[in-house]
Amino acid sequence: MIKVEGLTKRYARNVAVDNISFEVEKGRIVGFLGPNGAGKTTTMRVLTCFLPPTAGTVSIAGFDVLDQPLEVKKRIGYLPETPPLYPEMEVEEYLKFVGKLKGIPTAELNRRVNEVTERCAVGDVKKKLIGKLSKGYRQRVGLAQAIIHNPDVLVLDEPTSGLDPKQIIDTRELIRSLAGDHTIILSTHILSEVEHSCERVIIISQGKLVAIDSVENLTNRLRGSESVAVEVELPGGSGSASDVHQRLEQVAGVSRVIPRDTRDGRCSFEVESLQGRSVRADVARAVVNSGWNLSELRPVGFSLEDIFLQLTASETSDSKEPASQRDVQ
Amino acid sequence: MKNILIICKKELKSYFASPIAYLLMAIFAVIFGFFFYSATAIFVVRGMESQMMGRGMPMDVNEWVIRPLLMNASVVGLFLIPMITMRLFAEEKRSGTIELLMTSPVRDSEIILGKWLAALIMYMCVLAISAINIGILFMYGKPDWKPILMGYLGLLLQGGCLLAIGSFISTTTRNQIIAGGATFAVCLLLWVLDWVSAYEQAAWAKVISYLSVVTHFEPFSKGVLDTKDVVFYVSMIFFGLFLTARSMESLRWRA
Repeated sequence: MIKVEGLTKRYARNVAVDNISFEVEKGRIVGFLGPNGAGKTTTMRVLTCFLPPTAGTVSIAGFDVLDQPLEVKKRIGYLPETPPLYPEMEVEEYLKFVGKLKGIPTAELNRRVNEVTERCAVGDVKKKLIGKLSKGYRQRVGLAQAIIHNPDVLVLDEPTSGLDPKQIIDTRELIRSLAGDHTIILSTHILSEVEHSCERVIIISQGKLVAIDSVENLTNRLRGSESVAVEVELPGGSGSASDVHQRLEQVAGVSRVIPRDTRDGRCSFEVESLQGRSVRADVARAVVNSGWNLSELRPVGFSLEDIFLQLTASETSDSKEPASQRDVQ
Repeated sequence: MKNILIICKKELKSYFASPIAYLLMAIFAVIFGFFFYSATAIFVVRGMESQMMGRGMPMDVNEWVIRPLLMNASVVGLFLIPMITMRLFAEEKRSGTIELLMTSPVRDSEIILGKWLAALIMYMCVLAISAINIGILFMYGKPDWKPILMGYLGLLLQGGCLLAIGSFISTTTRNQIIAGGATFAVCLLLWVLDWVSAYEQAAWAKVISYLSVVTHFEPFSKGVLDTKDVVFYVSMIFFGLFLTARSMESLRWRA
């Protein structure tokens, strides 16, 4: 559905996007991940025909963004970082305007507006001025605007930025419910976002593609060793936190013990295992055999934060794993 | 064509949803009203004077009232036009809505024409206020309506050309004040350029004074339709809109 090959976007002084290639199949949700200034917005702007690429080709549903921009624009719904809203318009009026602009026939316009207002839960503010809406509502109106013409491809630039936690959850659910009918690319610099709503992740940093894979694969690939959070309860006079620390270090297969917290008879640690070894059972046995109470034992998964840091760090420090090349396509 | 109308309608709505439209109309009503009162008062006083002196010389309303009024209207328009055009693109650029327009399946030219047309209709609404005053003349006298029609056509052409230049300037910035200020400066300059002809007769001076929008309006105010002036205005409109289109395009490349 989306095909990007060797996309490069150069501005007067800097290169915003440097030779990026990827493909997205129909009906997928793809997370576009990277720190601020990585080139996410620029890439999305090229996809939506707002900016022309300096080099490379981008095609949406088989139409090239340079040769047939009108055909591409008909098939794309775009929510920029700040929703493109006119504060002096009412919500319904605005959606009708966008609908007409996107070429929805007049006969269908009312039906489409009702559909998207319901879907994005903005039905109760239909008659309100956009300027008077809260941030959460604005974001949803922005989303409604993006899907009004039922586009094949949805491009969402940081759809949850600036929302409160409840609104973030609602928006995520909404986005997930849109998958299937639409191919969705959403960008974010919040990693949990991707873990929650995306099937595949494209990570870029400083304009370069760092990795492209499914969320699980990325996590697995980077999880060489296991990390376990341990909390131990010390019944009166049965030793101190440093005793526990020592004992844990003696467990076979443990590479490192990091003390986390100690207070009123409880101490917690993070235990890292050696490559390819599972230490949970041994740790539990060691604690219990020493006469302490094991109150928590929990594997600590790699968060995308770690993945991201590792990937971007390896990009600069050691180049033996050219992740970007290997995983393209 | 449909897209042009969609954009035009939206622009008009936003003019009338904000105080701008009413403010512009009010400003014009007050200033034009003052000119109208002064012009008719002078006309009446002169008329009485000439009768008292026994020289019942016929005085022409068109010549004495309407012509200076139309000239004044064109100058007042010069001051109002920056206020009409300054928001056209600058506001969309600032609020980011330009991204919506430019990623919708419409051509840049349709966006530009829609916006320019809306500005022109807005300007016509402002000018329409003056029709009330002119209408009063018809109630008490018999002015010739044909030169008046020519005058309005001239005002419209002049307005269209300054609006096109204004919309070009509006695409170059995201700050409305800058857009308005620069447009005002250009309008003012285009008004006074013909002063050159007063002290210089060389060819370059002729060219410069030819660029003055007011020089070309004068025949219209007399009720004279000269192709030369129509060509000037129409080509200026095209030039302004062409610059706007180029500027929009460069927006994409520079972003």
